[in-house]
Amino acid sequence: MQKNLRWKLILIFTFMAICVYYFVSPQEKGAALLSRLNLGLDLRGGIHLVLRVVTDDALNQELLQDADKISQELKSKTITFASSKKGTGYSVEITGIDPDREKEARAYLETAYSRKYSLRSMIVDGKTNYSLRLLGPYIRDMRESTVRQALETIRRRVDALGVSEPTLQIYGSSEQEVQDQIIVELPGIDDPDRVKSLIENTAQLELCLVKKDQGGPFSSIESALQALGGRLPDEYEILPYREDRGDQSQLEYLVVSKTPVITGKDLKTARRTTDSNGSPAVGFFLTADGAKLFSRATERHVGERLAIVLDNVVSSAPVINERIGAEGIISGRFTIQQAEDLSLLLRSGALPASLHVLEERNVGASLGNDSIRSGIFASVIGFGLVVVCMVIYYRRSGLNAIWCLIGNLIILLGFMGAVGATLTLPGIAGIILTIGMAVDANILIFERIREELRGGKTVRAAIDTGFNKVFWTIFDTNLTTLIAAAFLFQFGTGPIRGFAVTITVGLLANMFTAIYVSHRLFEMVLGNRRVEILSI
Amino acid sequence: MEILGRVSIDWLGKKFWLLAFSALLLTGGIAGYLTLGGLAYGIDFTGGTIVKVKFAQAPNLDLLREALKSGSTTPPLIQRYDHPAKNTVQVRMQTVIGTEQGMETGRHKLLVMLREAFDPEHVESSRVDFNNAGLDALRKYLLGADPDNLGAQNKTTREIEDYYQNLAQWMLDFRNKDCEGLVASLDDLKKAPGISGAAIASLKKDYYAGPFAIKGHDSVGAVVGLDLRRRATLAVGLSFLGMLVYLGFRFKPIFGIAAVVAVIHDLLITLGLFSITQKEISLTVIAALLTLVGYSVNDTIVVFDRIRENLRIMRKEPFSQVVNLSINQTLSRTIMTSGMTFISVLALFLFGGEVLNGFSFALTVGIIVSTYSSIAIASPMVDWWYRAMDQRSRRRTA
Repeated sequence: MQKNLRWKLILIFTFMAICVYYFVSPQEKGAALLSRLNLGLDLRGGIHLVLRVVTDDALNQELLQDADKISQELKSKTITFASSKKGTGYSVEITGIDPDREKEARAYLETAYSRKYSLRSMIVDGKTNYSLRLLGPYIRDMRESTVRQALETIRRRVDALGVSEPTLQIYGSSEQEVQDQIIVELPGIDDPDRVKSLIENTAQLELCLVKKDQGGPFSSIESALQALGGRLPDEYEILPYREDRGDQSQLEYLVVSKTPVITGKDLKTARRTTDSNGSPAVGFFLTADGAKLFSRATERHVGERLAIVLDNVVSSAPVINERIGAEGIISGRFTIQQAEDLSLLLRSGALPASLHVLEERNVGASLGNDSIRSGIFASVIGFGLVVVCMVIYYRRSGLNAIWCLIGNLIILLGFMGAVGATLTLPGIAGIILTIGMAVDANILIFERIREELRGGKTVRAAIDTGFNKVFWTIFDTNLTTLIAAAFLFQFGTGPIRGFAVTITVGLLANMFTAIYVSHRLFEMVLGNRRVEILSI
Repeated sequence: MEILGRVSIDWLGKKFWLLAFSALLLTGGIAGYLTLGGLAYGIDFTGGTIVKVKFAQAPNLDLLREALKSGSTTPPLIQRYDHPAKNTVQVRMQTVIGTEQGMETGRHKLLVMLREAFDPEHVESSRVDFNNAGLDALRKYLLGADPDNLGAQNKTTREIEDYYQNLAQWMLDFRNKDCEGLVASLDDLKKAPGISGAAIASLKKDYYAGPFAIKGHDSVGAVVGLDLRRRATLAVGLSFLGMLVYLGFRFKPIFGIAAVVAVIHDLLITLGLFSITQKEISLTVIAALLTLVGYSVNDTIVVFDRIRENLRIMRKEPFSQVVNLSINQTLSRTIMTSGMTFISVLALFLFGGEVLNGFSFALTVGIIVSTYSSIAIASPMVDWWYRAMDQRSRRRTA
């Protein structure tokens, strides 16, 4: 019996030692006592963003492209038609198809697009109209992949920034059909504005030719339209342009080809450099395919202007002097920082859709520091008060409960260190609450032992019955709290989850320490002696 | 030591008094809810912006309200934050700053608005405010200025970069940790370890210590708030269901129902107090309320468990007597544990800082109410049910 107990005690002690090892790092001494614990954003400071990916952007882009492709394909088949445009509600509308060639057109549309679209035809004024509507599952897939792509792009940007331990997570509101939100948590960031703009920026780079004649620049959209004879040709669009003319720069407009020569996808890399005037600029290098396209286009269009379009704004529009190969320069009105950030964005690729910030939280490092300080202070006070009360009320048995409480905290911290769970301010609150609730099990047992002693049982028998009878009570009470904690985990994000985790682990550890460890401690104190009076 | 020895209080005999007391609390809460304009939802649920600003001197609140007026559709709500000596305020604005696309980013806009009011001479200045500066900018500045003249010594670029990285970090650590986010003057940096006079002198050329520091800011869009409110209700509702099922399974259905009724009672009274005090309902308060659901049931179970145990031994006695006995037997434990949990939550309420204030308030109130409700609501309800069943079966046999 005694020998058996010794082994049990050794086992408990080893377990505790392992737990201690997991939250106290052996390499770093002194200040970083709890160095293995991850501090949450609210304690370390940093930025928390919830972004919604506007997946409609990607869908619209896809519809526009398909409408364009269909129009080109029909043209190349010499099938006459009036127009091929993106319609309302995720559809492409093709109108006025020559009825003689209708069968051919239908065959083409069905083979090429029936996987993606549902086809419907209508005859208006003797000509056939087709309406291609995107299929539900396809829309869903497209939205999901857009969100995933956006996440990957953000991840590359965040990595390029060198943020340590970023958290990126896809998240959904209960309303939306797909999870289209992304949570970004960047600890330790103290310049949130720059980081936010780096993340939000779509960074769509397009190099497009400016219309050869009547291409601009114009002082307003109206004057551009006037110069074009009141109607903008289908292949062109008007984009804003701010030319660098020292201080006197003003917004102008250029008429630019809708189909870009190359896009950001053709970039191999980009870095900050300086332009011929010595001001900051971004140099880019193209992939082999991109370089081929680019050199062919520039060769054919020497003397024309090439617009460098970033997120639908022309940042510069130099004249092509000669054939350009694999590299080029984007100059604009950049500061060094802007040029650096832009090259980072181009390196990490464009976002497939724009982002809306739904939520932004900045925690300054000083605020986090205040929270740590008050959190620790409150924990120490709470712990101290519980210790004093328990020892006064239950005397030496109270000490037993305190050992269990310490064991409980060690297991809790050890678990958090081992799985790399994040300690948040609500998490600290959870620890304090665990301190209060953990002694509940001990109190239940002690009160029961007292009752049994009053009923005339011997010390040893009273202890054994006390522990046995109370087991299911403790089981039931802790389980209900765990049920609530599970829903809490499901409901919350970040800090709230931290709270749910500490509460859950704290209660589980509590079942172990209060029922098992405490019982062994009693046995150890009693030993083999005959004991008449228990200090309880 | 023992506070209570053997007690034999007839709890069920006093149930009408207890119920009347509960009714009083509930009516008070409802009256508060109706007259004071309902619950004060935080920006987590309504959307909006909250900014926490620390000032070097006690701020002129009218000036502050005026400064931030343009950022809010309703008048900005200014509250003291933390200890008054810390000159820190929290301003709540109904408008969401910085979350609409294409708008100026949030923190920057707030800085501009505050600077115009409190630091007008630096609005157009090229000098940088040290109290609102970030690590990256400071590191680059120091690296460029090289105040400790490492370039002249035989050092690698890497060593120089590391040196200034550390120096910038120390400066900001001193500001954030020792000065709570705001240095009164750049000369204060002399007190920080590892920073040379030359570095400070160089810093002074382009930096200054501004009269305020933004310690943190939260912007939440209205869409998020609506979604959160729905999720919170769902979580509380589902946890009720979880309790009901578990207790129905472990005990009898009526025990589950009684426990959940007691929990609803506790939540309503706690929420009533929140509407009377107009304390803000934030995300952490919801977390506290969910914890309360668990705690309240926990407390009720101890009594129920004892009723179940006593029912096995006392088959002859009337049910009310079993309930009374069970409450009395567990009373000492009930007071002790609630007391311990109360003590630790109270410590959190008093010393846990501003962020957790609502959270610990909800738990402090909730623990008292839920202890009370196990005795005053849950137990009488089970008793009432048993007596009703008893009467029915007697009528049937008669």
